[in-house]
Amino acid sequence: MNLTLQIWRQNGPQDAGRTVTYPVSNVSPDMSFLEMIDELNIDLIKKGEEPIAFDHDCREGICGMCSMFINGEAHGPDRGVTTCQLHMRTFKDGDTITVEPWRAKAFPVIKDLMVDRSAFDRVIQAGGYVSVNTSGNTLDANAILVPKADADAAFDAATCIGCGACVATCKNASAMLFVSAKVSQLALLPQGKVEAAERVQNMVRQMDLEGFGNCTNTGACEVECPKGISLENIARMNREFLSASLTH
Amino acid sequence: MKLDARIPEGPIADKWTEYKGHVPLVSPANKRRIDVIVVGTGLAGSSAAASLAELGYNVKAFCFQDSPRRAHSIAAQGGINAAKNYQNDGDSVFRLFYDTVKGGDYRSREANVHRLAEVSASIIDQCVAQGVPFARDYGGQLDNRSFGGVQVSRTFYAKGQTGQQLLLGAYSALSRQIANGRVKMYHRHEMVDVVTVDGKARGIIAKNLVTGKLERHSAHAVLLCTGGYGNVFFLSTNAMGSNVTAAWRAHKKGAFFGNPCFTQIHPTCIPVSGEHQSKLTLMSESLRNDGRIWVPLHKEDAQAIREGRLKATDLPEEKRDYYLERRYPAFGNLVPRDVASRAAKERCDEGHGVNATGEAVYLDFASAIERYGKEQANLKGLHNPTQEQIIDLGTQAVEAKYGNLFQMYEKITDDNPYRTPMMIYPAVHYTMGGLWVDYNLMTTVPGLFALGEANFSDHGANRLGASALMQGLADGYFVAPYTVGDYLSNDIRTGTIPTDSPEFDAAEKAAEERQQAFLDAKGTTPVDVFHRKLGKIMWDECGMARSADGLKKAIADIRALREEFYKDVRVPGQREGLNIELDKAARVADFMELGELMCLDALTREESCGGHFRTEYQSEDGEALRDDAKFTHVAVWEHQDGDPGKSVRHQEELNYENVKLITRSYK
Repeated sequence: MNLTLQIWRQNGPQDAGRTVTYPVSNVSPDMSFLEMIDELNIDLIKKGEEPIAFDHDCREGICGMCSMFINGEAHGPDRGVTTCQLHMRTFKDGDTITVEPWRAKAFPVIKDLMVDRSAFDRVIQAGGYVSVNTSGNTLDANAILVPKADADAAFDAATCIGCGACVATCKNASAMLFVSAKVSQLALLPQGKVEAAERVQNMVRQMDLEGFGNCTNTGACEVECPKGISLENIARMNREFLSASLTH
Repeated sequence: MKLDARIPEGPIADKWTEYKGHVPLVSPANKRRIDVIVVGTGLAGSSAAASLAELGYNVKAFCFQDSPRRAHSIAAQGGINAAKNYQNDGDSVFRLFYDTVKGGDYRSREANVHRLAEVSASIIDQCVAQGVPFARDYGGQLDNRSFGGVQVSRTFYAKGQTGQQLLLGAYSALSRQIANGRVKMYHRHEMVDVVTVDGKARGIIAKNLVTGKLERHSAHAVLLCTGGYGNVFFLSTNAMGSNVTAAWRAHKKGAFFGNPCFTQIHPTCIPVSGEHQSKLTLMSESLRNDGRIWVPLHKEDAQAIREGRLKATDLPEEKRDYYLERRYPAFGNLVPRDVASRAAKERCDEGHGVNATGEAVYLDFASAIERYGKEQANLKGLHNPTQEQIIDLGTQAVEAKYGNLFQMYEKITDDNPYRTPMMIYPAVHYTMGGLWVDYNLMTTVPGLFALGEANFSDHGANRLGASALMQGLADGYFVAPYTVGDYLSNDIRTGTIPTDSPEFDAAEKAAEERQQAFLDAKGTTPVDVFHRKLGKIMWDECGMARSADGLKKAIADIRALREEFYKDVRVPGQREGLNIELDKAARVADFMELGELMCLDALTREESCGGHFRTEYQSEDGEALRDDAKFTHVAVWEHQDGDPGKSVRHQEELNYENVKLITRSYK
């Protein structure tokens, strides 16, 4: 396949940035999107130009590091995948593809397609845990039974990879899907219930401090989430937050 | 230098309890005056950093990724072992210990493995307390499944994402300590050297990957939790950033390296599709619980399949060779990884491979789908279900168990594994070798510890499935808090370690010069090209089958490649600022030295054991031939003169007092 790439280049956080056009040829449909960019980078280096900076690591859709906004969609046109799992067979010969970084006030651009997502870490630090120290004497793991349905729902929420596609997709750059996934996971399990009220209040407070926008229930985040995290989590978080506000 | 493993005296079942009972402690007031550096935030690093901070030490944690949650432990799929015996199927601490020693082909250290088995149950308790959502049954209790090389079900899991859930548990514990200020987290930072003062590890030089600045960080102890070095092969299941630099720099500063050639080639990965490939994707071993592995019995059929004239589903049962079930009836498809990988290679080398390159075998779920379908039909009270209903129900059951893996497979290959068998082939996955450590997990450099995959100690020549997660968390949550304290109890009067000493000056200057050298080469060839070449040499000569001639050739080739690299590598940009190519160049340079040491180690181990298969040493039916008289030891390498070729081989003799050495048989 021969393609035309329009890629966002930005030297640093202060640089205005611009779109640069790169023609690429001999793209195999079996390549992943990142492998296609790898090849482009090798060509750029050979020509003495600076390669395109982008985040990536596991390349199997679980670390959450890759983050490209492709043709106006987080992680590109395919559903249920991250950019590293997006294969070139999704595109046609002759296509023009635009590639941009995640755009959100809370995710400043570091360089080119790389952004700073440490705001997510700070939201977790505000309460996304159960306050239990390491000990060889916690309760036996089977001492507290957890209904399978609750365990499964907690697991589904816990599969969030923290990539930030929800924020990049949302017209308000809201982080509600990310935050609510963690709130839900822990609120659904007996181990997490003890601190549930403080947790949701602290995490929401930090989320607001980081400059994420509000949720207007358009549901775009759910559509673009590579792990299929459900909007129900946002509803659950709103419920948790409301009841915590009334009782605490 | 004499290697002292410092194994406590006494019966094996009492060693760890005795050790804990008598280990010197550090009082809470003194802990506040002691600094500890933890490099890497995977299962071992996150759990160690969190646990040490909870105890009261000042912890600095480092990761090269943009967040500690991204460490590659996150990609572990299948599960974590623990001797809970919830299934009442005969499991015990001793059996987990025994299985691990046997699975490791009798090349691991008994005392360490027994301790691992002892603390395994606490790991599950701890993780559940943290809110890790393990799979449960309808009664609300934890569910288990079975893994290769064992005959009990002791593996706890969270679908095919167990590593993710465990790492997020450890990450949340770490986040809690970052929030209360006991851990200072440095993300997008890479350790580029360890600093020793008076022979002790006293800090690190770290590179801020965004600004390009080298930073000095001092501490009373340094813990390397930096994972394995499978990326020396370029193509592996490791993350793109996984590298050996921290361990290799430590090695060059005096930490000995144990069994570097022990590499695990995982049997079930998605086969290579072309030259552009940047990494390989694992399909969890748990799939072998339900998937049956086969190739066409006749070469003509295999060829027809390769040429697209025949489909797998067209081949009747009698024309299929379920070669693992045939060769190893006792364990069948659940033989250990090294055995399964070699068997796949043997069939493909004989011409039975099923994809275009001839390097793939089938992993077939048809019979599992049918079995589960009938079971579900019974449960639902369907008495005469149609074949269609059975397949439908069975597909749903398989999806519930392995849904994310099947989806991952389909996305990569564009093939539906519910309808046609998966195609799989072995790929580099894990490295059992690593920095040599004593019982305290301390390297030969005092104050420098290695945890998790970065050390060599627990898995011998072959790791069993679901044991890497167990070891990472055992080391971090339950071992290091005691053994690091043991060392630090002598450091309570030391006070803060200054970073303006000549040792820090020298280490920073050397790191700076090393970085500059890559930029100054101003050659023509990008780093990745060299990395691919190195990987090919390693895979061809130091992969699933090794021979003396091949290894000698590989050593010569690697030395030549290294020379070419320093002359011809092209790294654009400068030292200041973000420079991904420069970071890659530094990692590949270290891989090129490690590769030579791995080949040297493989060459000098004149036997076949576990993942190390020397073609000269095999039985008539192609099984590995160990040489216990000569090689029941750990090969421990000491670096000399900056040249891996001059490394000196030491030995730690392995004494088996509780397990009898027998020929490992899974027949």
